[in-house]
Amino acid sequence: MLALAGLSYRYAGAPRPSLIDIDLQIGDGEVVGLVGPNEAGKSTVCLVASGLAPRAIRGTLSGTLTIDGEDVVDWPMHQLIGRVGIAFQNPRTQLSGVAATVYEEVCFGLMNLGVPRDEVVARAGEALELLRIGDLVERDPNLLSGGQMQLVALAGLLALRPAHLVLDEPTAQLDPEGTRLVAGALRDLAAAGTALLIAEHKADMLDGLCDRVVVLDAGRITIEGPAGAVLADPRLADLGVEPPSRVRLARALEARGLDPTVVALGAGAGGPA
Amino acid sequence: MIIGGVVGPVILTILVVFLPAAGARVVRRLVMTSLTFSLPLALSALIVNVFFFPGGTTVLLTIGPIRATAEGLAFAVEILARVAAISGAITLFYLTTRPGDVVVDLERRGVSSRVAFVVNATVQTVPAMVTRGQTIVDAQRSRGLDTQGGVWQRIRGIVPIVGPVILGSIAEVEERTMALEARGFTRPGRRTLLWWPADRPAEQVVRWLLVLAVPGAIAARAAGLL
Repeated sequence: MLALAGLSYRYAGAPRPSLIDIDLQIGDGEVVGLVGPNEAGKSTVCLVASGLAPRAIRGTLSGTLTIDGEDVVDWPMHQLIGRVGIAFQNPRTQLSGVAATVYEEVCFGLMNLGVPRDEVVARAGEALELLRIGDLVERDPNLLSGGQMQLVALAGLLALRPAHLVLDEPTAQLDPEGTRLVAGALRDLAAAGTALLIAEHKADMLDGLCDRVVVLDAGRITIEGPAGAVLADPRLADLGVEPPSRVRLARALEARGLDPTVVALGAGAGGPA
Repeated sequence: MIIGGVVGPVILTILVVFLPAAGARVVRRLVMTSLTFSLPLALSALIVNVFFFPGGTTVLLTIGPIRATAEGLAFAVEILARVAAISGAITLFYLTTRPGDVVVDLERRGVSSRVAFVVNATVQTVPAMVTRGQTIVDAQRSRGLDTQGGVWQRIRGIVPIVGPVILGSIAEVEERTMALEARGFTRPGRRTLLWWPADRPAEQVVRWLLVLAVPGAIAARAAGLL
């Protein structure tokens, strides 16, 4: 379990904290969505949960970050990445920039960790298979589509075998096809038992994928609960979060005096918009 | 026999540039690429030496106050032969060697993985910068920026293009740094290398011969043979 308890974070030089008293647990194999307006602190939660803040981004952290009960605040990054991985929104910046092929790109993290060569080959093969991108291994990663690039970045992380994966708007810069590819891969990962924390604006993607959804506003958790209920919460609109299409459709039907339970049957089957 | 002047660089160019280039079947690309990059330097060397060579007495041509001399021409040809040897060697290296191979081999031989990464990433960044530049050129053109026409217009068009290219690259650095950190880049100790270029006995022999040729050439130069 990845747990943030009483956690606050203030970036160096910032006038106020970006996160205030956050309590958030992600159980083994659980999929948690993170939504909220811009500047709510979603990316900061991702950075703190993955250990990058304050290691790579200076700031002051208070509270605790534990993984499976161990306080990991003082762990070096290379020790932490076997337990939690993070993917960002821009697939291009996640490429190492030095790999000539997708295969080398997926192996990059394992090579950095000094994993023996046979094990690098085995783990990279597993990650490629899990994301179904084995046919890309010979391709230049810089010449892939955005969706394919994001899958390669995810494969590079999965090869490190983290039990928890944090994704900061992984489809924000992708077209509908790329979004569909990544959403499908995340469903596969969730089914394979990887715990996911997904910060995302596209509520349709979270709907049906997440067990729970957490709503952030101004650095604080304001709503938390089962995904279906939270994503249908009328307060989301006040926070600038657009509900998933099934909720919008149900509301439109209700407004016209029609029975929304007909479409409610489709709840949980929502795909990406 | 003294093989300095023009003959030395020409022999060198034939032996260590053209023959290997013929073996690698890149002679045409070698000539074109080498000319593209060395022509401005070669032309300026030619003009400066032919017309402004100090102490030239044998006048070939007079244009107003400027005189082209035979001594200047001879010296310019010598310089051009050296430029051809240098640019040919560099171009041959570029055409026949993948930067990644060099970096991996250097890393295998003990060069720090961070140094190797910086070298490799720098080389690999160039095509990405070109792509980004083209995207920005297209975007700026669609908003009315004129990047064609006279020299002054082109110069004025550079600023709105170079700015976003550089600033965009800087903005990506933070996320790229974090992505590297998240994949263990800062871990101390040696990395695993998946592969490295084959180092055949013949290549080793040639490499050592070239290493030995350096002091040999210096000694020959000191002895007045080159």
